[in-house]
Amino acid sequence: MNEAAAKPPKRSRQLWLWAALILIGVAMPWVFYDWHTARQSGFVLTMMSQMGMMVIFSLSYNMLMGQSGLLSFGHAVLFGLGGYCTVHFLEAAGHHSFPVPLELIPLCAGLTGLGFGIVYGYIAATQRATAFAMITLGLGELTTTAGIMFHHFFGGEGGISTDRTNASSLFGLSYGASVQVYYLILAWTVLAALGMLFLTKTPLGAMANATRDNFERARFMGYDPRRVRFLQFALSGFFAGIGGGLYAITYEIVTYDAVSGALSANVVLMTYIGGATFFYGPILGAILITLLQSGLSLLSNAWLIYVGVLFIGMVTFAPSGLAGIIGAHGPLARAGRLGRLLVPYLRLSIPAFATLIGFSGAVELTSFLTIGEAQGKHLVLFGETIQVWTPQPWIVTAILLIGGGIWLRRECRAFARIWDDLNADLKDRSL
Amino acid sequence: MEIVLNPLLNGFVYGMLLFMLASGLTLIFSMMGVLNFAHAGIYMIGAYVAFDMSRLIGFWAALIVAPLVCAAIGAGIEVWGLRRTHHNGHIAELLFTFGLFFIIERGVQMVWGMLPVPYRVPALLDFPLFRLYGVDFPAYRAFMLLIAGGMLLAIRLLLTRTRVGLIIQASLTHPQMVSSLGHNVPRVFTLVFAGGCYLAGLAGVIGGNYQVTEPAMAASLGPIVFVVVVFGGLGSLSGCFVSSIVIGMVQTFAVSIDGSLADLLGPIVAWIGTDNLAGEILSIPVSRVGPLLPYAMMVGILMFRPRGLMGTRDT
Repeated sequence: MNEAAAKPPKRSRQLWLWAALILIGVAMPWVFYDWHTARQSGFVLTMMSQMGMMVIFSLSYNMLMGQSGLLSFGHAVLFGLGGYCTVHFLEAAGHHSFPVPLELIPLCAGLTGLGFGIVYGYIAATQRATAFAMITLGLGELTTTAGIMFHHFFGGEGGISTDRTNASSLFGLSYGASVQVYYLILAWTVLAALGMLFLTKTPLGAMANATRDNFERARFMGYDPRRVRFLQFALSGFFAGIGGGLYAITYEIVTYDAVSGALSANVVLMTYIGGATFFYGPILGAILITLLQSGLSLLSNAWLIYVGVLFIGMVTFAPSGLAGIIGAHGPLARAGRLGRLLVPYLRLSIPAFATLIGFSGAVELTSFLTIGEAQGKHLVLFGETIQVWTPQPWIVTAILLIGGGIWLRRECRAFARIWDDLNADLKDRSL
Repeated sequence: MEIVLNPLLNGFVYGMLLFMLASGLTLIFSMMGVLNFAHAGIYMIGAYVAFDMSRLIGFWAALIVAPLVCAAIGAGIEVWGLRRTHHNGHIAELLFTFGLFFIIERGVQMVWGMLPVPYRVPALLDFPLFRLYGVDFPAYRAFMLLIAGGMLLAIRLLLTRTRVGLIIQASLTHPQMVSSLGHNVPRVFTLVFAGGCYLAGLAGVIGGNYQVTEPAMAASLGPIVFVVVVFGGLGSLSGCFVSSIVIGMVQTFAVSIDGSLADLLGPIVAWIGTDNLAGEILSIPVSRVGPLLPYAMMVGILMFRPRGLMGTRDT
């Protein structure tokens, strides 16, 4: 194989991409700056803050899922416990018994996350594969139930709340405005992401990959896979704890939702949809799912159905996630052949759009029959109220869904042919 | 006597319900290596379909039809879904069923609404069968026991007396060998998956009006069924039966015990005080710890004996 075709993109170009991403993060609050009220858009700030935490959280999850091949169904435990501890830290800061500035409190949350990661990891790392998934599921359920039951630490069902302005600041900031908190989150997100990127380059990161791919062989080489699992689990607890600390600082309240199975499930979805086999995959997933969460949930009662279908689609057709799909275009892009895919993509997009409209129509019509009616809402499209009890909208969606689906299948086959031809051609040339 | 006998009977009924769910799951898990997250979702679909049908065609017809609907759904999932993800490995299959559960849960909320539906016990069985120490034992629970027991017998006969059953049994332990002998293992998989979903649907029909038919019923029972399967052990139906009954009893008995550790360790707790975390842990009543116990049992058994009570190989 030719050197040029096999080589990954240049380091400097990757660096530029990262820098651009950070720059977007820095600039975003000012893009949506409201000059009339002289304030940043609260919606955008909340969403971007949520994205930051979720990026840290899903990157830390990927230390288990993508890098070590361990499927955890209780990762929110480490996130939430970090959050609970942060609330206690902030309360203590209010009584002047915890003299740590707010900028460093996420680090303390990370250390508690590391502590819980060591405890839970000691238990969970005894097993791998499905048994590991089951242990983490059990630990997650245990912690959630305990969170509802015990009042002193967890505050029961109401959770515990605090005030982030209790803590002092290194830079003399009050952290009353959410834009200051947002920049704190951004800084910690960059730091945590760099830390995790660094960990993948260490011998531990390499051994995690080795035990994922062939744990018996790793054992023959003299490494204890259990220890590798334990270390990965504990360290991912550290980063999840940082995420949880930022969560507590942003919302100033932590309830058992932060340790619950729902959040654990969410991080599985984010990481997998983004692409677990790439380091930057979870970042994409966290950004996409948070966007859907804040945007789609305003429009639709059934937005989780779309996320679920997207997830199943990824599992079935693109197991390497969004990052994998993007990565597959790499060789073509480097050979300058990406333009040849433009027309096939356009042809694909028409039936795909029709199917999407048909599918979301079916979902929305069903949801307006039940939930929408219970809430007294009506389906309004282009300024016209659509009568969901009449057959016309159903017939239209059925035609779009079924017709579009059949058409999409045909186009997919044609697209796959072109794709294979292009890649085969590329291989021939490089030989 | 009364604090033992009543929970014993109720625990047995609950355990049998768990067994109906867990038996299908353990067959699927042992054969295909897939821990089917969507299993409790199928149970929920069974309950909701039975609710709709019992209003249209009556409970007895629903008892026959609803499980068949679930079996058809199961076969569809296996043929069009799981088989396609099979080449990506067990983790992908697990994640597939996980996503499916997600969709089923939201889908049920969309179709039947967020609130519980009034799925009731049929009038014919709505009377107390006998009284035990002042507590009525409803006839419907006896009916549940009858169905579950009959099903247990049917599975047993099917697995030991028929040719298909022998192939299934062989596939439990040696899937590659069975395939090498020329049996169509994928078709056996579909059959087992549909059969497991049939059982889950049947459990939904008789369990939906015993408990409450609501969108959260799957999420609350699903993890418990996993506990049963893992605790009983892979590849062993009798282990699954024992662990169903044990978990059913543990949960029922825990609810009926009103004491706490503080009652045993009175002076020590008085010294610690109930105002702090340690005191709170000690003085929490056993009845509230009940929901924790199955998970603690699962974590414990996975740590120390990963093959479960009677399993033939590690999880």
